[in-house]
Amino acid sequence: MLSKRIIPCLDVREGRTTKGIKFKDNVDIGDPVEMARFYYENGAEEIVFYDITASSDKRDIMIDVVRRVAETIFIPFSVGGGIRTVDDMRRVLLAGAEKISINSAAILNPDLISQGAKAFGNQCVVLGMDVKFTGKSHSIPSGYEMVINGGRKQMGIDALEWAQRAESLGAGEICLNSIDADGTQNGYEIVLTELISSQVSIPVIASGGAGKPEHLLDVLTRGCADAALIASMVHYGAYSIPEIKSFLHAGGVKVRSTW
Amino acid sequence: MIAIIDYDAGNLASVARAVSHLGHANVITRNVDEIRSADRIIFPGVGAAGSAMISLKRLGIDAVLHEAFNQGKPILGICLGTQIIMGYSEENQTRCLDIIPGVVKAFSPDIRDSDGKRLKIPQMGWNRVRPVKYHPVLAGLKETDEFYFVHGFYPEPTYMDHIVGTTHYGIKFASVVGYRNILATQFHLEKSGKPGLALLNNFCWWMP
Repeated sequence: MLSKRIIPCLDVREGRTTKGIKFKDNVDIGDPVEMARFYYENGAEEIVFYDITASSDKRDIMIDVVRRVAETIFIPFSVGGGIRTVDDMRRVLLAGAEKISINSAAILNPDLISQGAKAFGNQCVVLGMDVKFTGKSHSIPSGYEMVINGGRKQMGIDALEWAQRAESLGAGEICLNSIDADGTQNGYEIVLTELISSQVSIPVIASGGAGKPEHLLDVLTRGCADAALIASMVHYGAYSIPEIKSFLHAGGVKVRSTW
Repeated sequence: MIAIIDYDAGNLASVARAVSHLGHANVITRNVDEIRSADRIIFPGVGAAGSAMISLKRLGIDAVLHEAFNQGKPILGICLGTQIIMGYSEENQTRCLDIIPGVVKAFSPDIRDSDGKRLKIPQMGWNRVRPVKYHPVLAGLKETDEFYFVHGFYPEPTYMDHIVGTTHYGIKFASVVGYRNILATQFHLEKSGKPGLALLNNFCWWMP
């Protein structure tokens, strides 16, 4: 049987890892290549890099980071942020990433999902979803709505419908981020995660709200997630990945125990 | 020199980076003379069997692989490469290289885990490999080691003797197959952390 995946997420701005709360107030927390090496050595199954570099003329810095990460760690990693075209995808994949993640660009241009899947295979295309609970309505039957710009702009698109459409367009995986839970460290959005995970047949990575190992146990069991994204709880040393895995193992979750 | 065969079947740089990291000289190539002169061959690939076989034939690499196998040169198949060395693939109804007799089958859409929960296809993630016999390339493999899989099809050798290791995903399937000087893994050795690198390094020293 497959192990549940633990995936540290690194936000990278102009070549440095940063961490912000609800997409605001970013502080420098280290070199992304060294942090990737540390998490690789400590048993991460995968790593997610999210490029939050504001200006497009500094995007090449990220390509260089991807290249150096690929020479350093030998597990899959994905890169998101600023990917708007098939050419953007190609550059990141050729630099050594296993997968690319697209979010608002896919909402604005859903064909990007099918173009990426056709060019590189479904397994390379991760759909990033930023979701906010806005209440059930005629246009949002699930109550969960797609948002962009860190939650500042509501798109009038139902999250469940979008996830299913993206799957049919060829997305190989979903990284599901709750804007409501993100940065709170109070736990993942279990209801949302279970809703999406049970209605699509591609793997779902839960994101947003991880603060302690109990939160991962919850989202990987009740939430039916295939993987859990973590950030602050490991970036500042509050928990280590082996510690989280021991907790999950004790709770009956299958995790990779040697690496 | 290790030749990593390039036949328009995915990004091979990750295999090359892993081999280089282990300190073995390698070249990504589609040149038949370069493949002929290599000491050993890695045959990777992601994508679909049909288009992969068309590329191999167009480049003349199908014949070179048969030749290398008959000469006793060590060959490592990875992922799609592992499926292509079998006789036939259900994917695009493709006649393959037939170095190891058998078929490549699609996972049934209804495979379930032991709790009866429907499993996702493709299998994507980390899973264990149980050796069914001794093989030098699997030396040092621990029972708890896991490897990175991404696949919707799996090899089913005609002869039990060609199954080297198995994995459970709803069903038990052959995740490692081998015959004489060829060994092939359904999982990505180059993306499976240190256990994967250890097996890859074993291959780079293997004298079948």
